[in-house]
Amino acid sequence: MATLHSAPRFTLIDGLKGSISSALGDHLVEAHEEHGELLFHVQRGSIETVLRTLRDDFEYQQLMEIAGVDYPSRDERFEVVYMLLSVTTNNRIMVKCRASEDTPVPTVTTLWPNAGWLEREVFDMYGVLFDGNTDLRRILTDYGFEGHPFRKDFPLTGYVELRYSEDEKRVVYEPVKLAQDLRQFDFMSPWEGADYVLPGDEKADMPPIDDPKTTESPKQTGAGAKADEKAAEKVSADAPAEKDGGPDAPPPEPTEDQPKRKKRVGKTTDTAKATKPKKGAD
Amino acid sequence: MSTGFQLEESPTTGDETITNYTINFGPQHPAAHGVLRMVMELDGEIIERIDPHVGLLHRGTEKLIEHKTYLQALPYFDRLDYCSPLAQEYSYVLAIEKLLNVEVPERAQYIRVLFAELTRICNHMLNIGAHVMDVGAMTPNLWVFELREDCMNFFERMSGARMHHAYLRPGGVHQDVPEKLLVDIGEWIDTRLPELFGDAMSLVLDNRIFKQRNVDIAVVSKEDALAWGFSGPMIRAAGIPWDLRKSQPYDVYDRMEFDIPVGTNSDCYDRFVVRVKEVYESAKIIKQCLRDMPTGPIASNDRKVSPPKRAEMKQSMEALIHHFKLYTEGFHVPAGEVYVATESPKGEFGVYLVSDGSNKPYRCKIRPTAFSHLQAMDFMSKGHMLPDATAILGAIDVVFGECDR
Repeated sequence: MATLHSAPRFTLIDGLKGSISSALGDHLVEAHEEHGELLFHVQRGSIETVLRTLRDDFEYQQLMEIAGVDYPSRDERFEVVYMLLSVTTNNRIMVKCRASEDTPVPTVTTLWPNAGWLEREVFDMYGVLFDGNTDLRRILTDYGFEGHPFRKDFPLTGYVELRYSEDEKRVVYEPVKLAQDLRQFDFMSPWEGADYVLPGDEKADMPPIDDPKTTESPKQTGAGAKADEKAAEKVSADAPAEKDGGPDAPPPEPTEDQPKRKKRVGKTTDTAKATKPKKGAD
Repeated sequence: MSTGFQLEESPTTGDETITNYTINFGPQHPAAHGVLRMVMELDGEIIERIDPHVGLLHRGTEKLIEHKTYLQALPYFDRLDYCSPLAQEYSYVLAIEKLLNVEVPERAQYIRVLFAELTRICNHMLNIGAHVMDVGAMTPNLWVFELREDCMNFFERMSGARMHHAYLRPGGVHQDVPEKLLVDIGEWIDTRLPELFGDAMSLVLDNRIFKQRNVDIAVVSKEDALAWGFSGPMIRAAGIPWDLRKSQPYDVYDRMEFDIPVGTNSDCYDRFVVRVKEVYESAKIIKQCLRDMPTGPIASNDRKVSPPKRAEMKQSMEALIHHFKLYTEGFHVPAGEVYVATESPKGEFGVYLVSDGSNKPYRCKIRPTAFSHLQAMDFMSKGHMLPDATAILGAIDVVFGECDR
């Protein structure tokens, strides 16, 4: 695909993916390239070794960012993504590993001193533990905060709100009380992958019936013997045939607007009775 | 020691022992540039250790963005670093454009570069003014605020808002700029900016007190600057000519001719001077934009990304549908993940955008410039005097809307 966008253009190095992949060896889980950006998914346990190799052998001098991402449906729900920058080769790569709540990621504060706060932030927001980080305190949330707010299952409104209490002369924490529900509009088209159920939609997903219920004759109503009897009574062999409607109604008198029409072929019934307003109807 | 305090030999008195004591700098302190709390451990007036407590302005921007469509999330970026709003929007729209692979018309690219540079001037006016005031000078701050006010007026004429512009859009900009505005900016760049700014800087740059407060304060080696993830004026003051506008150009920066000011001593004074020089370089870029800006559309023609013209909507049903869909459902971004960083006035401002193919970002991680710089506060201030902390903080150019997100 041709590049149309005008996002920052860093130097693309031929064969970089291959050379890094071979240097990482067994530590590498998967390497892929999209939008001109290289992404290496590596084993969690060897993240420090991998980043050390990249820093020392591939000239990625700067660790710009560590980002956490939460995918609750996965076994190891968190991803920790490291953004590396090389100021000598003018190149960027991303390295990531997966983790869960109870599987700590080795710290990289041994490689870059600024990893300390970045890891603290991922820990604060997602609860990912970093093994070896000696200062793994919360960083962005309030003193004494509980929970990890950027997890997908943490509500947007949070659990507590605070206010200044005039009685107690201090800030007090209370459970969140919303005057109205948080309005979450989902503007996805119902026929283009929205995941909410419209009334009646649940029927569309009913499992197909293997053995459809059929009846041989109108007598089999399926409502028991009594009903069947009644049904048999109604449809008798000598039910009256449909009666002829009689002669055609005469055509209306021709006027200036409506000239005389051709005579109708076929039959019709006089509908005047049905269309005439009934007496006392209004 | 029975008292439990850490008692140390005093370097000055000798015959008596004094304890290190801990003070709180902030959270409300005029020199903290926002709500920053720093727990400082002092030995007399010498800083032993600093533990900055950030997050007092944490608003959960990244989480809020996950609950908004791509277009609705844009104004949050103005509110991160409220001193240079356009620069934050820039990274975000470029990240979306990268995922969508959408082409931006040339005029829009020039407009973006022009106003991004005006934002840089605007930001540096605030920082330069605040920095000199932090170390005791009053007058230059008032003068450069005049210039900042001019910038704000230009922004108002550009977007209708002085601070929170919400002006950039994936695929271009929101609206075209009036011809008169471009003329006025050109005039301002040629006359008022160099005069007023030159006057203000003539008071500061060679000022003895200003130099005493800044020269040789918080010297950071090149190696440290790299290891601590420095960017922007902080890394350039350390003598590394690293500027994303030059090395990883976006939009039409590769057509601009400008120089990268680099420091030699890597102290607070160098950081200040780098910013001062950058103002003149930005002015150069703005002039080139004004000279070369072509006419033409200001937003992508891809109707799945940018809305149709109002007049078109009166005539075309399709245009009306596109407009309706864009402002209710929003556009869908193909699944993928990108990290896009631009040179904001304060350094590398990055956006790591993860899309799951829906109309809302799955994850939008914002890389603030101040986070790494502020973290280095501890090792930069060690051994300096307490009043130096304000100079160091001023030279970092920290804004807490961005640092805490």
